[in-house]
Amino acid sequence: MPNHTIADILRGLEAKTFSSEEITQQYLDAIAKHDGNFNSFITVTPDQALAQARAADTARQNGSAGALCGVPIAHKDIFCTEGVRTSCASKMLDNFIAPYNATVVERLANAGVVTLGKTNLDEFAMGSSNETSFYGAVRNPWNTDCVPGGSSGGSAAAIAAGLAPAATGTDTGGSIRQPAALCGLTGLKPTYGRVSRYGMIAFASSLDQGGPMAKTAEDNALLLQAMAGFDHRDSTSMDLPVPDYRAGLNKDLSGLKIGVPKEYFSDGLDPEIASAIEASLDEYRKMGAEIKSISLPHTHLAVPCYYIIAPAEASANLSRFDGVRYGYRCENPKDLDDLYTRTRAEGFGEEVKRRILIGTYALSSGFYDAYYRKAQQIRRLIKQDFDEAFKSVDIIAGPTTPNPAFALGEKVSDPVTMYLEDIYTIAVNLAGLPAISLPAGFTKGKPIGLQLIGRDFDETTLLAAAHQYQQRSDWHQQAAPGSV
Amino acid sequence: MEWEVVIGLEIHVQLTTKSKIFSGSSTAFGADANTQASAVDLAMPGTLPVLNEQAVKNAILFGLAINADICRDSVFDRKNYFYPDLPKGYQTTQMDFPIVGPGIVEITLSDGSTRSIRVHHAHLEEDAGKSLHEDYQGMSGIDLNRAGTPLIEIVSEPDMRSAEEAVAYLRKIHSIVTYLGISDGDMSQGSLRCDANVSVRPKGQEEYGTRAELKNINSFRFVERAIKTEVLRQIELIEDGGKVKQETRLYDSDKNETRPMRSKEEANDYRYFPCPDLLPVHVEQSLIDDLRAGMPELPDAKRQRFEEEFGLSAYDAGLLTGERSVADYFEAVAHSAGDAKLAANWVNGELSAALNRDNLAINSSPVSAEQLGGLIQRIRDNSISGKIAKQVFDALWNKEGDSADAIIDSKGLKQVSDSGAIGAMVDEVLAANPEQVEQFKGADEGKRKKMLGFFVGQIMKASKGQANPGVINSLLNEKLGD
Repeated sequence: MPNHTIADILRGLEAKTFSSEEITQQYLDAIAKHDGNFNSFITVTPDQALAQARAADTARQNGSAGALCGVPIAHKDIFCTEGVRTSCASKMLDNFIAPYNATVVERLANAGVVTLGKTNLDEFAMGSSNETSFYGAVRNPWNTDCVPGGSSGGSAAAIAAGLAPAATGTDTGGSIRQPAALCGLTGLKPTYGRVSRYGMIAFASSLDQGGPMAKTAEDNALLLQAMAGFDHRDSTSMDLPVPDYRAGLNKDLSGLKIGVPKEYFSDGLDPEIASAIEASLDEYRKMGAEIKSISLPHTHLAVPCYYIIAPAEASANLSRFDGVRYGYRCENPKDLDDLYTRTRAEGFGEEVKRRILIGTYALSSGFYDAYYRKAQQIRRLIKQDFDEAFKSVDIIAGPTTPNPAFALGEKVSDPVTMYLEDIYTIAVNLAGLPAISLPAGFTKGKPIGLQLIGRDFDETTLLAAAHQYQQRSDWHQQAAPGSV
Repeated sequence: MEWEVVIGLEIHVQLTTKSKIFSGSSTAFGADANTQASAVDLAMPGTLPVLNEQAVKNAILFGLAINADICRDSVFDRKNYFYPDLPKGYQTTQMDFPIVGPGIVEITLSDGSTRSIRVHHAHLEEDAGKSLHEDYQGMSGIDLNRAGTPLIEIVSEPDMRSAEEAVAYLRKIHSIVTYLGISDGDMSQGSLRCDANVSVRPKGQEEYGTRAELKNINSFRFVERAIKTEVLRQIELIEDGGKVKQETRLYDSDKNETRPMRSKEEANDYRYFPCPDLLPVHVEQSLIDDLRAGMPELPDAKRQRFEEEFGLSAYDAGLLTGERSVADYFEAVAHSAGDAKLAANWVNGELSAALNRDNLAINSSPVSAEQLGGLIQRIRDNSISGKIAKQVFDALWNKEGDSADAIIDSKGLKQVSDSGAIGAMVDEVLAANPEQVEQFKGADEGKRKKMLGFFVGQIMKASKGQANPGVINSLLNEKLGD
């Protein structure tokens, strides 16, 4: 059954062990048969997938295969896909079919991927548990009473369940890394500006970044290779050369200096996660790395800072959903105010409305200096913490999350507790840095994620560090009990 | 009590870039509704703005023209409010770091005096679309063709003290942006729009009165009338014991009145914050230097040159340099005619009257600068009289010939200077009017001058206007002489 990595699939396609159509059909069958247990897909596109697979098989025969030719993957349903509904897991966009592809979708298509469908997420990527989706919660294949994390929970659950070998995700405050950690996967948030945001529905523009999710660091490298690079349609994408990530996987890491922030091992951390992280650091020592204790003194300010900046940007980004041009519109509006008020009251879920209100408040006249401006100042301090740390270390390591996957419904009524699940991931977005989460053990049958944070645009070192750890460990090869 | 009027203007100028400020859609005016609105202009989910470099250059040119500082790192902000013709739910504009800093605009008033009006700043922003409230059976239509058209908003200090000054300032801004070629300045198509902040205060009082903002007054004439009307309203209100409310008012040109547009209770909190989709606009000094080096001659410099180079009066030079198209036309006429003063008279006189009569811009004048220059040449070499010249001009206007010469030939309008032919006509006229000849002979010097005009008129009539007036005069003097 298709519990394969992308690298496995590419080998199989090249060796003609199977065709793209065959492997795609296997995944489609698995989705049809098993996704009822996980709810990881919002939309499955079998006809399109099989047509793409056949085209890929032809291309491979003709010798015109792209780097990922014939590899089936899934897209988080936040990336616009031409002709296929892009819902962002919101009633607001339940009827929205984009007339264009996101740059990420386009580039992966150019590399030859086959798209199985669109995966579930927290509504507008606002959540850490995938419970805020209009299409219902997603279940974690390691324990179906638990959440898969969020917001890229559908992508994570689909891969962990064996319903897709890999998927795209987006990460605004941890939305790739946290679900990767909770589902036993490897997921990379690239440096802000590494991957184009064009066609990726905006949550918080200065923090959002698309990236890969898969089982291995090697698969992450393959996907990032196709996704990354300057895009003239996104002014915040950086015009820098894209290195050969797969070639960098085996780069010599002897003498690598790994900083471990003492703030990441404070009270809220599950002790079993703490010891798993310690054990993985020991492994790095054995690999020749030097482990140093460091301090990121403003870590405790990251969550409050984020919950000003992200909602503030979101409050403006989501203003376009007004019922005028596309998407949900309330029935029989009696006037313009009624159109706006009811469309948005009925079309958005509770968490989205909560964040729009927080953001609107933070930007309001009289509060701007106290909240938004202050948060921007704190953001600079957080970035300076990292700049200072990277003077003496090459990467920073710690837990991805303070706790393993929690039960469905456990935190949904307590937003602040939920927000604190992202305590180790959020600062990375505020600083714009790349970071990867990789499997580093289990606690009570639930996966543990190790987070490695790198310098700006140094995804290569992160992928190499993750890959070489994965050559010496098998956490990433464990199959979830619920998987196909 | 004597009142002083205080006026500040906010002028929106559409920039003539080929594409919009944040998308590749065309900015051409008059296309079918929503045919020039891309996914970006429609604010489709996931779309992002990309700044149009030409719009930035245009804004910098304006800044240089008013001697303003150019902000080397200006920032775009989001101004949040809901309206159906604002697709993103925010306008992308500049708040704290506008691209053009403080500058100065010199204006000249009708009495020849000049004043300096300070510009507080000018910033780049995107235009909204249009809401269409007619023909939709109780619904509104939205046309997003205009959404995203680049604008600069030019904000003056409250430095104007009369409606006349406000109009002079507006004309000067119009003149500067059209000279620079950064806008077509067409107020009828909304390329240049004006809001006026108007207040009054007792003369001598330092603090400003409460101001009203007059919205979207879209012709030079209406700006003057709207301000005058509003000033009268405020003075009457205060003198009757009332208080001016700070509010936005709409000028109704049909009724010649202003009335409140929206009440203060609905005042928006725009929640400005820096737009995270756009990086700060960094401008290199070298770009500023290049733009400065390539700047065209501006109205003030041109006016001075016209006075010095062509010996024109300040008044004529002012009229001719108000619009670049007029100045360019005049220079072409002067060049081809070889006489700048005559050229100025014709452009400011006959041509200007004909353009006004037919409501045409000088660019669409049926008489080209070369044609008018050719006509003036024939006046200068005495081929035709001034009176015949007007006939030739009308013929050119009506496309009856390609050149003044062709028309003079085909209509046989060439001036007659032959003293034999004219002498015969003089004799005929004198013979036909014996009484007047007698009277003339008995009259004193003063009366004779008047009577001479009668004879000249008769002879001109007999020659169908073609007789050279100098020759007529000398022959008449000779034949009537003592």
